[in-house]
Amino acid sequence: MKIDLNVNGKAASVDVPADMPLLWVLRDVLNLSGTKFGCGEGQCGACTVHLRGRAVKSCQVPVSNAAGAPVVTIEGLSPNGTHPLQQAWVELDVPQCGYCQAGQLMTAAALLSTTPNPSDAEIDAAMNGNICRCGTYLRIREGIRRAAANNAGANKIR
Amino acid sequence: MSPVNLDRRSFLRISALAGGGLMIAAYVDPVTGLFAQGRQGGPPPVPNSFIKIAPDGRVTIIGKNPEIGQGIKTTLPMLIAEELDVPWDTVTVEQGDLDAKYGQQSAGGSTAVPNNYTAMRQIGAGARQLLISTAAAQWNVPESELTTDAGKVLHAASKRSVGYGALAAKALTMPPPDPASVKLKDPKDFKIIGKNTRNVDNAAIVTGKPIFGIDAKLPGMLYGVIHRCPAYGGKATSANLDELKALPGVKQAFLLDPVVPSLSGGVVILADNWWTAQSARARVKAVWDSGAAVANSSEGFAAKAAELAPKFPANATRKDGDAEAAFGTAAKVVEAAYFYPFLSHAGLEPLNATVSVKDGKCEIWAGTQQPSGIPRNVAQATGLQAADVTVHMMRMGGSFGRRLNNDFITEAAKIAQTAGVPVHIQWTREDDMTHDNYRGAGFHFLKGGVDASGKVVAWRNHYIAPTGTNLNQAEFPARFIQNYLLYNSVIDSKVPTGPMRAPGSNGVAFAIQSFIDELALAAGKDPLQFRIDMLSQPLVLPPPPDPNAPAAGGRAGGPGGGAPNPFGGWDPARMKATLELVREKSGWGKTKLPAGTAMGVAFHMSHQGFFSEVAEVSVDAQKRVKVNHVWVAGDIGRQIINPINAQAQIQGSVIEGLSSLMSWEITIKDGAAVQQNFDEYQPVRLRQAPKAIEGFFVASDYNPTGLGEPVLPPILPAVANAIATATGVRVRTLPLSKAGYKWA
Repeated sequence: MKIDLNVNGKAASVDVPADMPLLWVLRDVLNLSGTKFGCGEGQCGACTVHLRGRAVKSCQVPVSNAAGAPVVTIEGLSPNGTHPLQQAWVELDVPQCGYCQAGQLMTAAALLSTTPNPSDAEIDAAMNGNICRCGTYLRIREGIRRAAANNAGANKIR
Repeated sequence: MSPVNLDRRSFLRISALAGGGLMIAAYVDPVTGLFAQGRQGGPPPVPNSFIKIAPDGRVTIIGKNPEIGQGIKTTLPMLIAEELDVPWDTVTVEQGDLDAKYGQQSAGGSTAVPNNYTAMRQIGAGARQLLISTAAAQWNVPESELTTDAGKVLHAASKRSVGYGALAAKALTMPPPDPASVKLKDPKDFKIIGKNTRNVDNAAIVTGKPIFGIDAKLPGMLYGVIHRCPAYGGKATSANLDELKALPGVKQAFLLDPVVPSLSGGVVILADNWWTAQSARARVKAVWDSGAAVANSSEGFAAKAAELAPKFPANATRKDGDAEAAFGTAAKVVEAAYFYPFLSHAGLEPLNATVSVKDGKCEIWAGTQQPSGIPRNVAQATGLQAADVTVHMMRMGGSFGRRLNNDFITEAAKIAQTAGVPVHIQWTREDDMTHDNYRGAGFHFLKGGVDASGKVVAWRNHYIAPTGTNLNQAEFPARFIQNYLLYNSVIDSKVPTGPMRAPGSNGVAFAIQSFIDELALAAGKDPLQFRIDMLSQPLVLPPPPDPNAPAAGGRAGGPGGGAPNPFGGWDPARMKATLELVREKSGWGKTKLPAGTAMGVAFHMSHQGFFSEVAEVSVDAQKRVKVNHVWVAGDIGRQIINPINAQAQIQGSVIEGLSSLMSWEITIKDGAAVQQNFDEYQPVRLRQAPKAIEGFFVASDYNPTGLGEPVLPPILPAVANAIATATGVRVRTLPLSKAGYKWA
């Protein structure tokens, strides 16, 4: 069926089965392959995107549920990789293999958008659905803290 | 060193880059991956193109090895850039495809650093020497008056300088130097080696660029799945193919007999998009021929191991002294049975391969740890010529040893050939977990004796494992106990096994280092000091030759060489130094810990790396475990090439070890894996990760060796020993969750 989507601020019309997960529409139909497949059952978080401003596991979202609603993927998180989290990830050398990091970043970005200065417990709770098989967790924690601090600085300047 | 000639025996070759600039190639022995100096016979060395210098001075360096998250795409180019003497921020790194011109290309065994540390530096140094010679000729001054800095050749006396890019045209007319004869930098002058250098793909990763195997797309390709016979070695004898082909979006459906021994056959479904192919699997009605593997089960293996335990094979794998007699006179004797299960690699990117077979040529885009095996494997499976197989090496979303076997790529090539269109074969997590080449399960039936002074005087290990693994006769504590007995028994199994991070060590260290703590307890000794005492015993000599141990000071021989190692690589002095370092850093024995909290220690040598680790662990009455702090002390030689990545590898190894300690088990039932996805095979998550994992290194005078693997083995017993100390209860069966433990 024809479904109208809004991905990274752009309108896109797709003709796919209504139950096709948003993940596969993004990857195979819209060629936005930054969103990754890891488990297909919402266990690993590699497929995390923002839907209506909230972090969701796109492998668990039938594309019909995303019709007309704003979707943001890793490709749309910032214009040039300049989101404070992306900068912190590079500075702290967070990625090892890098495969899970799009999902980690999208989950962390959703956290910071509602909780600009999260406690350690809030970071632990928010990031629990994202597996990093390489074990970059210590740097992910530090990256979120650093981005929060940089964000706070930026807000003060404004 | 052989003299420099100007023909193909030269080790460097220079050529012009299209649009100006310079390409510097080095002759590399395609067999060993090293320079072909003095080598007789065999295929001739071929030139590669490791370095390109553009007229504006920008430098491109090829990363030749597969990248799985170990950081090698950054590490090896760092070595070239250091000796070339260019600023790292002017360097772009490109991933090399599979090509004999790059020499050995593989990711496994923590071998990239020992095999390439000197060779990569020589390539950079040879190129720098060429540029110095060029400037000397251009300015008509002696080479000895020239220096380099930041991509420029400098002449201090005349205050002249010239960028490397500007020398390109003239360099093309110069005789290339022999890189093996060029002096390498003194380590005190290093500007890149030893400095924190970030992963070269970070920017691409954090912005979601298509750099992984799963991201490869070809015009007109179909997306495919393989619905396999669950049992290993099985296949489909028939299926409702016509019904499947009639489904909307499904383009092809056919039976696939096993293409490779490690993967069972099944039904291939190809469709317009992957979701359509995957959805069609629910409609498959296939008749399976399950084969002999259905007799295999984890329960059956355990029963067989228990039956075999007291029945020692006629021939011991190793026998020093007389262990049985020594047990009779020992002051204390301890017996214990240890077990660790099959493990799935569970890299986060499920296996995939994208393949085009057209006009007798096969082109592959895939993540692989061992690309050099692919052309031969594909040729065998398809009848194509190996020379007609091209492999593009994609970044891998983890691998941990799984992609050392190219079975999934070979099979995808066969599917592409059969289908007659390019295909992208994408496994599900369930496919990946149930058709892995598993880390083998193992049973250790151990008996140890200590004398009245607390010294270990006898050790017997009956190692029993399903087909696929055995215990190396030289494994520690062989040579460190006068009366030592090792038996290996095999249980017939069809379960496919293969290397997983720190193969041969990742389970073994748990059993051996846990049992050493049991002996320390029996002896009434501090476990860390007990280990140092064990390592201080006179060694059982002569040491047996270890065919797997690289000769010290050999392939990795750099300036200063390395001290010869008489013990097949196992040097007690190096291990003792790491134990002393971890004792100091962790405050072992000096920190007052609350009830329910304890430290545990363990060590292990693997992949030429010596590691001692201490974990501070809290356990509550509900068996909830928190690993508070981990200290890692290692010796991997005189140079840590990239400290920021070294700490990352240490953190990752520890966390992977914690996953397998607490939660991971693949159970076999009816010749197939029971666990299918992460809900049944939980990796450590962020909130369970220790707050601190600190790595420290002993600066020894050995050649640099790898770090991807040797950190992992000791963490399991270090934590297990801490739990036993904290609770007074020893757990000998992995994972700990089977005994009711869970993360706090």
